[in-house]
Amino acid sequence: MKRLGVFICHCGANIAGTVDVKSVAEKIGKTEDVAHSADYIYMCSEPGQQIIREAIRGKGLDGVVVACCSPSMHENTFRKAVKSQGMNPYLCEIANIREQCSWVHQKEKEEATRKAEEIIQATLEKVRRNDSLEAIAVAINRRVLVVGGGIAGITASLDLAEGGYEVILLEREPALGGHMAQLSRTFPDLDPAFSGLFLKASEVERHPKIHLHCYSELEDVKGYVGNFELVIRKKATSVDRGRCTGCGICIENCPVEYVSQFERGMGIRKAIDTLYPSSVPNKPVIYREHCRYFIDGSCHRCEEVCPEKAIDFKQEDERISEKVGAVVVATGYELYPKEQLGEYGYGEIPDVIDGLGFERMLSPNGPTKGKIIRPSDGKVPKEMVFIQCVASRDPDRYMPYCSRICCMVTAKHAKIYKEQVPDGQPYIFYMDIRSDCKGYEEFLQKTIEEKRLLYLRGRVSRVFQDDGRVRVLGVDTLTGKMVEVAADMVVLATAIVPSNGVKDLAAKLRATVDRHGFLTEAHIKLYPVESSTKGIYLAGCGQSPKDISDTVSQASATASKIQALLSTDKLLQDPLIAFVDEEICSGCGICVEICPYEAREMDPHRGISMVHSALCQGCGACIASCPNNACELRNGSASQVLRMVDTFVS
Amino acid sequence: MDYLYFPGCTLYTKAKNFDQTARNCSLLLGFELKELKNWTCCGATFPLATDNIMALLPPSRILATAREEGTALTTLCAICFNVIKRTNRLIQGDVEKRDKINNFIEKNYQGDLQVLHYLEILKKDIGFPQLKEKVKKPLAGLKAAAYYGCMLLRPFEEMEFDDKEKPALFEEFLEALGAKAIEFPYKIECCGSFQSVGSPDVATECAYKILGSAIKNGAEAMVSTCPMCTFNIDHKQSDIKQKYLDFNPIPVFYFTQLLGVAMGLDYQTLGFDQNAVDPIPLLKEKGLL
Repeated sequence: MKRLGVFICHCGANIAGTVDVKSVAEKIGKTEDVAHSADYIYMCSEPGQQIIREAIRGKGLDGVVVACCSPSMHENTFRKAVKSQGMNPYLCEIANIREQCSWVHQKEKEEATRKAEEIIQATLEKVRRNDSLEAIAVAINRRVLVVGGGIAGITASLDLAEGGYEVILLEREPALGGHMAQLSRTFPDLDPAFSGLFLKASEVERHPKIHLHCYSELEDVKGYVGNFELVIRKKATSVDRGRCTGCGICIENCPVEYVSQFERGMGIRKAIDTLYPSSVPNKPVIYREHCRYFIDGSCHRCEEVCPEKAIDFKQEDERISEKVGAVVVATGYELYPKEQLGEYGYGEIPDVIDGLGFERMLSPNGPTKGKIIRPSDGKVPKEMVFIQCVASRDPDRYMPYCSRICCMVTAKHAKIYKEQVPDGQPYIFYMDIRSDCKGYEEFLQKTIEEKRLLYLRGRVSRVFQDDGRVRVLGVDTLTGKMVEVAADMVVLATAIVPSNGVKDLAAKLRATVDRHGFLTEAHIKLYPVESSTKGIYLAGCGQSPKDISDTVSQASATASKIQALLSTDKLLQDPLIAFVDEEICSGCGICVEICPYEAREMDPHRGISMVHSALCQGCGACIASCPNNACELRNGSASQVLRMVDTFVS
Repeated sequence: MDYLYFPGCTLYTKAKNFDQTARNCSLLLGFELKELKNWTCCGATFPLATDNIMALLPPSRILATAREEGTALTTLCAICFNVIKRTNRLIQGDVEKRDKINNFIEKNYQGDLQVLHYLEILKKDIGFPQLKEKVKKPLAGLKAAAYYGCMLLRPFEEMEFDDKEKPALFEEFLEALGAKAIEFPYKIECCGSFQSVGSPDVATECAYKILGSAIKNGAEAMVSTCPMCTFNIDHKQSDIKQKYLDFNPIPVFYFTQLLGVAMGLDYQTLGFDQNAVDPIPLLKEKGLL
């Protein structure tokens, strides 16, 4: 007969406030093969673990159930504790009586107590039939893929490369920088954004450990933590990167002009162009959808003028295979499209622009060379309206979350506006002001007082054109009065949304996104830079809206986590995976097709199915689909599960 | 084809001209408005408090009665349309409230009735191109501003009438009649509604903004779908004139009155005597009478 130990945690009052832990411990103690049953205020604390260790030694236990919080919190803690006493860690199981019992039944104490007892009894059934298992050791590739060349991807790449790891950095645009390349100055120090970014981007370009692929996308990913196999698609730039010197003669001579998305619709760009002036790398690409050569073959101007003969119309997309051990997803954000915001004129009013548009206007290399003018007629706007929380914090119609940057961005915009147009009047519509990072509140207060900014607490209901001006209808909830401003220009602080294509990328990486498309972290507090898939890490606004300071901090945190992961030669993986009873398997192959991780393979010689132990995630899909019950999960067999179910229903 | 029709109280009193012209026009367009039996007031406001089930009873009773007679219910007044359509949606989606209401009114109504507005019949069932062909006297040269107000459109996910910020259905209707539809930014702003009772100045100010904006954009007349709006923007024009001396009143039509003109109805049946600002001089000037 087994000698089992049961340890029930109070979790302060989290569990003990609802479940009568003493009586549960007493009842469980009467079970035949339970040699030890105890309760304690915090089992995860050092004295709590000591209780477990002593009981294993003193009572000679050969199986342990800890009834406490979710296994995602402390399973590892307790498995380490039993291991220190020579017990196989897989003989220790968690009975979750907090999230699945006490927290959800706070008003039904008696029932909760009965349920907690049943959960423990069921877990005992599992432990009785658990096998001793050994972790699976997997070789590890010590290179890293970083997807996204904004400030998050740049920071993570540099940190990893400085740590000695090789990095492959992918950027789908022709140059590094992301949205930071569009910014004028940053809060709260009002440093020029571009110079700081330029410095880091140039470092990336030069770094011997970083392989930079711009105008490139991730096409396919296979494998698992430590061993990812990638296919990268380098889009045809139509410019020979080796020959091009970035002189810009082709750009000057290109006859095709169209509206630039980078300039938020306020500037023009050429069919052969760099992403922005002095971009890193500073070499142009041909945007084939605009180029006359590619549309009808009518123009060869760039080819004619290029002194280096670098134009290559015949260039094709290139596919490169790479192997890495970990991936950083730093895909960044977009602004909620103003074309979808009816109350602000569906993007049809030229003098209503979004925050990035205003940033371009304020940038010395932007469409107005840093001058604040109305896009419609080039006049200096004397009445400016800034609207915060546009499409943010609006669960009924738009995004329920706070985009976090808008309060500070708007204060910065109003400050710069007031400096450039001292006789101008900025009005700022806000819901409330969130300035909770270092130096932010001080920046904000100073700006409001010095620049005498007019903050109006309330929402704007409509914006429309009237008499050549932009009329803004809103409310000031502090006075309870309707406000109507005849403005010259309006700047919308639109919500941050995940950038296009993140869902597809996440699917390729088997990472998850939330209902808004932001990548989800493994745990909001304890594992904030890890995704729920091992080996996939997160940085920047692709995970949630954040400003540059937070993005850089998170990117560095991600880089440190990956350095820790890659610091060993072998990776230990949980052995709780599928296995095949070779006597029963008929080799039908259903499991091979159903496995989402490509972990099942047919053995052509023996005609039976095998499990690739490094790939298997223990999801159980093959087990459910096997017509012969030839497949089982280690320490999660059908007989174990059925006995657990019996405990609940009997 | 016949449509089951809910006139509402105002259309029997202050807005008889709205009711009569709608009925007469429908006959010329090949359908009849069949009046619902034993109808009552719709309640005139959709309750804002979620537990105010009492206010849902009149529209629920109307819906339940209508379902006994047919599968769709047509309204003209924008407020009735709003109250009845929203109540219908609530009954469709909220089983608990549905049971409570049915229990009280002693009916078993499941929300399976379609609530229509007369303009929707014109657009979807008749079709604006077909309407254009049926027009006998196109309103050529008449610059009319379509005024939606709030009730036809909002809350837009419940009313599902047209785009919430940039509706166009009403303008399409006017263009089908041959008129020139004037765009003006205040076409979906509130008329002041019941403020005209408690704070008449507020309502007058609202009406002045709406009318002023329409006139500035070239409107010679306003077109309304709502007796409440019409009261504020038509009957209040004398108050506006007293406050703003340079204000020149313009007539306000119910859309069915203009439809009547275009369909060639005798102008004496169009009920212009109930309009505050007399539209006859304008119509004569445009050669439409």
